Amino acid sequence: MLGKTAGGLYWMFRYLERSENTARLVEAGQRIALTRSSADDEWTSVLQTAAVLWGYSEKYRDVTKDNAIDWMLRDPANPSSVLSVVEAARNNARLVRTALTREVWESVNECWMVLKGALAKRVNERDLPQVLTIIRQRSAFVRGAMAGTMLRNDIYNFARIGTFIERADNTARILDVKYWVLLPSAQAVGSNLDNVQWETILRSVSAEGGFRLTYGQEARPREIAQFLILDKRMPRSLAFCAEKLADNLGYLAMGYGTRLPSHALSDALNDVKLDTSIETIFEGGLHEYIQDFLRATSALGAQMEVDYRFYV
Amino acid sequence: MTQTFDEMWGRSFGQSQMQGAESALPQAQSQVMYEGLRPPYAEFDKWLKAENPARLQRKQLEAEEIFRLTGITFNVYGRAEAAERLIPFDIIPRIIAAREWQKLARGIEQRVRAINAFLHDIYHRQEIIRAGRLPVEMIARNTAFLPQMIGVSPPGGVYTHIVGVDLVRTGDDQFYVLEDNARTPSGVSYMLENRETMLQMFPELFSKNRVKPVSNYPKMLHRSLAACAPAATRGAPVVAVLTPGIYNSAYYEHSFLADKMGVELVEGHDLRVVDGRVAMRTTQGYQPIDVLYRRVDDEYLDPLNFNPESALGVPGIMDVYRAGGITIANAPGTGIADDKAIYSYMPDIVEFYTGEKAILQNVPTWRCSEADALAYVLDHLAELVVKEVHGSGGYGMLIGPTSSKKEIAAFRDKLCAQPGNYIAQPTLSLSTVPILTKAGLAPRHVDLRPYVLVSPDGVTITPGGLTRVALKKGSLVVNSSQGGGTKDTWVLEE
Repeated sequence: MLGKTAGGLYWMFRYLERSENTARLVEAGQRIALTRSSADDEWTSVLQTAAVLWGYSEKYRDVTKDNAIDWMLRDPANPSSVLSVVEAARNNARLVRTALTREVWESVNECWMVLKGALAKRVNERDLPQVLTIIRQRSAFVRGAMAGTMLRNDIYNFARIGTFIERADNTARILDVKYWVLLPSAQAVGSNLDNVQWETILRSVSAEGGFRLTYGQEARPREIAQFLILDKRMPRSLAFCAEKLADNLGYLAMGYGTRLPSHALSDALNDVKLDTSIETIFEGGLHEYIQDFLRATSALGAQMEVDYRFYV
Repeated sequence: MTQTFDEMWGRSFGQSQMQGAESALPQAQSQVMYEGLRPPYAEFDKWLKAENPARLQRKQLEAEEIFRLTGITFNVYGRAEAAERLIPFDIIPRIIAAREWQKLARGIEQRVRAINAFLHDIYHRQEIIRAGRLPVEMIARNTAFLPQMIGVSPPGGVYTHIVGVDLVRTGDDQFYVLEDNARTPSGVSYMLENRETMLQMFPELFSKNRVKPVSNYPKMLHRSLAACAPAATRGAPVVAVLTPGIYNSAYYEHSFLADKMGVELVEGHDLRVVDGRVAMRTTQGYQPIDVLYRRVDDEYLDPLNFNPESALGVPGIMDVYRAGGITIANAPGTGIADDKAIYSYMPDIVEFYTGEKAILQNVPTWRCSEADALAYVLDHLAELVVKEVHGSGGYGMLIGPTSSKKEIAAFRDKLCAQPGNYIAQPTLSLSTVPILTKAGLAPRHVDLRPYVLVSPDGVTITPGGLTRVALKKGSLVVNSSQGGGTKDTWVLEE
């Protein structure tokens, strides 16, 4: 396979994952806004979580719900807006068209066409839920076509690696922005505010149901941290993503017959960072832990580019 | 009054070709009279008469939807807002009888063989010039002639691996070659997708009509390219398609062909010369390519040998090529054979190399570089089609009969400034085939581009080709960049 194709697949699936994550953050933000009286502060934290606050501040002076949603969903000046990343995903899909089945290509192409239509104008509050549903559905279609029609070979592995690097990054950033509400000291407070914050975290990863099922009705910060960082049953947890990365990198090593520096980085991520307990993480500092994790996944992504000759 | 030949309804009488016939039953409802239904359309006509017009209109929309989803688009240069557009597809097929096709195929094969012989000669001994059949200026002062190719013999002796011969028809048995596309003819993906779409939408039509299949074109293309692999090849030949990238107008087709052949689609920056071979950067290092089907023009192929500004090519690929390390398809320098100035000599070229009279006719052509011809052309601008020698895509041409006085005057100035840059031809009364309009069937002018593969094993012509249709009433311009559409083209089994 061409190095360029590997890179194109990796980015195509990073972007698709990002579109879905962004939609989910907007959904969580909107939900909070509707259940609280003054909620604009929350949008700052949503923008921060999506890593688009800086660009937003260049364009707007104040953070308002409408502008934040517009910036995240459809502003072409925001390279991580849903519309921008879906277009980028589709451009990458065109680039790697020969590596995709017709079904996958058509689902991405249709995703782009449908979202371009749905996001042609500012989305008003009334239409927001429907638009968010469309985004989630369209990315589910792509995933379905992928699972149902693609060979399990290097093409598939690069696509999966892109998905899980992006997802790990996204979950880590949610934790990074909200880590303070998960600290053991916050537990004592137990105020209404904290409950809302905890719920936001779970909603941002579509996991309230999963959490209830696993840990019961009462959301407690220690369990939430455990769930999002170390629980391998949870498909958006850091441990789950890291394990999948190791799996797919392992298949690549098997197929190509060589282990590369990326494999060592992935091993370190799994064996050192994630083979631990939530207590140890709290002792060492949750914030520092997350920052470390973000650095490690970003280093892994950069090493992949080199090892598999994405660009040179 | 002009007579037009309609391929479904036959020769028209009555008013002018510009008038009416906007209905499914033209003879009953318009002032234009036709000879009568032509035999290849007999089955189709029966089907059509039984069809519900509303359903047909729905099917037309459905076809567009299929194309949009598949992403069969082309990019239009200089129009940022509409970067990707669909080429309109018309669901009424163009039908060619087996006998008509056989004659065409013989003519095409003869012409393509002559073109390859001509290319070999022109880059070696130039016998045709020594024999006085072609003036030396046609080569010496022609930018399409590549001195870098002198003395180079491409692997398998094949210059034009893929040719698209543009044909027009003016009557039952009158076909003319309008252009020989010997560089990198495009459009074959439309030929294939048009058929796929028709099969999906009207399966019943294909059970009633026995239509020769076109779907094995990619397989034949791959086989044909692999058969031209260079001596340096080890094992099964590695074929790749070279594209200028996703912003190129024909990118869809490049990816389509690479996909269907099961080969890599590469860009210049994926390639470099490694150990005397052209190699592509894979996830596991550089791998040599044996045959490169390039969809990049000569000029951009190699910044070391041609345009130094080019970022689309591969530095040094020409040196590898000359040393026999890679096959480039089509060979560099084939443009000299489809040059519009050379075109006027094609009947001589065919005769010179095959010893036979050309089966397919040339359109009579005035070379404006010649004083007598120029004088005639200037006197008759309003009747003629004047084309740039190196132009393509329907740009930079004058269609006298449909141009205003002002346009003609402006063109006259351009022509006088650089007469050598132009040729002129009479305005042919191109045949029509009905398209489906909102008001029913209506005749529109068409051309035909069959695709021809050349390998050391012989010449293969896919039965059918791309029919381009001028969607505007009366228009003769079929180019997709100028609002033309396409149709599925059927060649019937005997």
